[in-house]
Amino acid sequence: MNPVNYLYLAALLFTIGAVGVLIRRNAIVVFMCVELMLNACNLAFVTFSRMHGNLDGQIIAFFTMVVAAAEVVVGLAIIVSVFRARHSASVDDASLMKL
Amino acid sequence: MENLIALLIGAPLLGAAVLLCGGRRLDRSGHWLGTLLAAASFVIALALFADMLGKSADDRAMFQRLYTWIPVEGFRADMAFQLDQLSMTFVLLITGVGTLIHIYSIGYMEHDERRRRFFGYLNLFVAAMLLLVLADNYLLLYFGWEGVGLASYLLIGFWQHKPTAATAAKKAFLVNRVGDMGLSIAIMIMFTTFGTFTFGPVLAETGQASEGKLTAIGLMLLLAACGKSAQVPLQSWLGDAMEGPTPVSALIHAATMVTAGVYLIVRSADIFNAAPDAQLVVTVVGAVTLLFGAIVGCAKDDIKKALAGSTMSQIGYMILAAGLGPIGYVFAIMHLVTHGFFKAGLFLGAGSVMHGMNDEVDMRRYGGLRKYMPVTFVTFGLGYLAIIGFPGLSGFFSKDKIIEAAFAKGGTEGWILGSVTLLGAAITAYYMTRVMLMTFFGEKRWQPDENGEPPHPHESPKSMTIPMVLLAVGSVAAGAYFEFAGFVEWLEPVTGFAHGHSPLSAAAVTTATVAVMVIGVGLAYLQYGRKPVPVVAPRGSLLTRAARRDLLQDDFNHAVFVTGGTHLTRSLVYVDHTLVDGVVNGTAAAVGGLSGRLRKLQNGYVRSYAVSMFGGTAVLIAATLLMRAV
Amino acid sequence: MSANLAAYATSSGEAFQFWVLGTVAVVGALCTILMRKAVHSALCLAGTMIVLAVFYLANGAYFLGIVQIVVYTGAIMMLFLFVVMLVGVTAADSLKETIKGQRWWAVACGLGFGILLAAGIGNASLKDFAGLGAANSAYGGNVEGLAALIFTKYVFAFEITGALLITAAVGAMVLTHRERTERARTQRELSEQRVREGKHVPPLPAPGVYARHNAVDIAGLLPDGTPAELTVMQTLRKRGQIRDVSTEAMADLKALEQRSEERLGRDRDEEEATR
Repeated sequence: MNPVNYLYLAALLFTIGAVGVLIRRNAIVVFMCVELMLNACNLAFVTFSRMHGNLDGQIIAFFTMVVAAAEVVVGLAIIVSVFRARHSASVDDASLMKL
Repeated sequence: MENLIALLIGAPLLGAAVLLCGGRRLDRSGHWLGTLLAAASFVIALALFADMLGKSADDRAMFQRLYTWIPVEGFRADMAFQLDQLSMTFVLLITGVGTLIHIYSIGYMEHDERRRRFFGYLNLFVAAMLLLVLADNYLLLYFGWEGVGLASYLLIGFWQHKPTAATAAKKAFLVNRVGDMGLSIAIMIMFTTFGTFTFGPVLAETGQASEGKLTAIGLMLLLAACGKSAQVPLQSWLGDAMEGPTPVSALIHAATMVTAGVYLIVRSADIFNAAPDAQLVVTVVGAVTLLFGAIVGCAKDDIKKALAGSTMSQIGYMILAAGLGPIGYVFAIMHLVTHGFFKAGLFLGAGSVMHGMNDEVDMRRYGGLRKYMPVTFVTFGLGYLAIIGFPGLSGFFSKDKIIEAAFAKGGTEGWILGSVTLLGAAITAYYMTRVMLMTFFGEKRWQPDENGEPPHPHESPKSMTIPMVLLAVGSVAAGAYFEFAGFVEWLEPVTGFAHGHSPLSAAAVTTATVAVMVIGVGLAYLQYGRKPVPVVAPRGSLLTRAARRDLLQDDFNHAVFVTGGTHLTRSLVYVDHTLVDGVVNGTAAAVGGLSGRLRKLQNGYVRSYAVSMFGGTAVLIAATLLMRAV
Repeated sequence: MSANLAAYATSSGEAFQFWVLGTVAVVGALCTILMRKAVHSALCLAGTMIVLAVFYLANGAYFLGIVQIVVYTGAIMMLFLFVVMLVGVTAADSLKETIKGQRWWAVACGLGFGILLAAGIGNASLKDFAGLGAANSAYGGNVEGLAALIFTKYVFAFEITGALLITAAVGAMVLTHRERTERARTQRELSEQRVREGKHVPPLPAPGVYARHNAVDIAGLLPDGTPAELTVMQTLRKRGQIRDVSTEAMADLKALEQRSEERLGRDRDEEEATR
């Protein structure tokens, strides 16, 4: 098997995550889909690391994880406070920008 | 002596300024002041004339430059005057006849509470006309030209409380504007062609310009002359201008205003000489107007309007003569001067008749006035004999010369023009005899005026009769004086002169002229002297009815210009509403509709925006791949 | 395994593992976006992440594989579950689409995007795989190699990431912490307000008065024996946890009166008899 299949898998997972972001209304699930996309990227980075024979790809993936962790913390905090204010976790309810 | 030229204009201008700005304290003395200043101008003119006669024929022109009027680089017009024999003739006519009319007005306007203002306007009129004939460049001439238009507007509409007078003034002003536009265009072409407006350089360099340009200038000048001199097709204002006080009519018809067109053409003789096509048009206009005015004059029962038709016709003679070129210029001016005398006399006589008849103007309500107004009858009669060309009187000499010159034009044109002038002479004799018979002869047909008072015809006061007597003397003697004192030699240095070669001998022309005059008088006598004149006008033939309506000139103008203009503006409004507004409103509606559709894309849902972003990313990737593949 | 990593192709064992676990990962991802309940989505996502951890290990990224399990699956996904529990089931969980055309557009864009991405990968001629054998053994192991890079080449990025984490922690606290927006009212202010409103000027009556009980959930009785709900605290009133003893008390009272009546009546009869 050619390791490039990992890249195809990463692309597939990324696309599934993106579609999930678009079709789900629950902010938490949308957030999970974003995490899925990040993980797909990490897989691609790790595969690239193997392809190039150095560890820089893994370093980037490591940083991605750290940033993703920070993002999850802040994002979930936002979801919670929005839920407390509006009693809804639907992203469609936050459409106040529309006239 | 040259320095006196400005005073010629200055005196009446001062009078106008003082009278119009002086206020009511001048009400009692204003008319004397105005008359005095007009007379002063006449005295100065006489002094200048005497001075001019003392010089040799080629050295008579005088110039006076006051200051640079428009000092723009390359576009320079001076406030400068030129007094040569032609201008001198006009100045004498304007100031002389003008002064007489001033004197006459003292009596005529005695009971008008706005007499001071009237004299102010009269002075303004004289000043503007003098500026017109004394200007040494076309731009200054234009200034005077417009001044004349303004003064005529003010005077025709002097009795502004009458709607007819106000409308007549407006009409005269508007029709004159058409002509003024011609003059301004002519001046513009002149400036682009010659780079200057001054008479001397422009007229000396006519040889440099192409004939097409000169023809254009000539035709535009003719348009201007048509407006001011009431020639076809801009004649319609003249009849209505009779709404003004009678002295104004006399002033407009005899000394000022209508003569301006003739002056303009004769002054621009060099341009017309070099543009035969324009000259031909001038003669045609003159011939048409000659007959037009004469026919209108035959049908009018209003004495002033009959005289107005006569004026139109006589000016037609002058324009025709001016169109004949060097063989006619001198006679055009000569007829202008003699006409100035007898037409002023006729109008003043008509005013005197009206004065005695409770301002009645309908000749059918006159009759038998010769016993009641002997002085008026005699002076009017002398003017009448002069205008029909009774041998020995002034009109005889001047008109005979024009008819002769018309024949001398040569070829078919000459025969046609000669016949027209002869025909015009016959009709002139007819309608003037008609006026004379209906006014002074026959039985009394007086009718009480609207207050039920029957008229008490009486002779006018001295202030009115004296000018009439003086003008009658002029009417009788001027022609013979000009004939024997050498008017041709006097004007020749300015206008040029050429002897025409008439296919008919001078004696034959004179005989024919007298013959047609006798025929015209005889016809009128048969119609109005032998039979009683009905008080109410009979229905008359189709031509008579058309002539009563001024040969349908106003109907023509209404149909062509008013209706046509209305339709044009309506269609333009339609185009504006449909096409222009359609484009504008359509654009607005399209933008609005598109925005309305686009607005729906902005639904406020973050997921919708995310789809757009995602789609955009896909497009970017596609573009990147495509670029790499290519 | 590290020896094989240098090879152009992977071992058949790894290939088997890829196809089996890859399928599991894709199914997990699909379930993540298609499950109606957020808890199920979270569990499926956790499964996908574990599979990815295995793939990291297979690709020679031992450290990342472990971190993926510990940090992602262990910490982040649990955080997700906590929030799901906090928020609970909402209408947002419904899979019914409310925006017109959104789902079709999303699927169309997703298909296009995926196909283009795959085309891009296929186009890139990724034939040569250097393998991680040399890189991993350079410092004596994967973790040591990463450490060497992190603390040399990427040291600033690492420091900034630390700052980011601190900021995120503070931010989360700021976002979720609810500050009291106004000062608590004092007893004095409360009594003044009562006087201003004109209702219940004295303090509320204590529960249990005349109620033959003195528990807080028993309303005091008014003189006619009906319960006064005002005497019970608000929370219990809202919960409807008020015990009403008035009927019982009334019945007791009635029995008492009857009994005394009987006794008094008998006494009166005896008096009459003695007379």
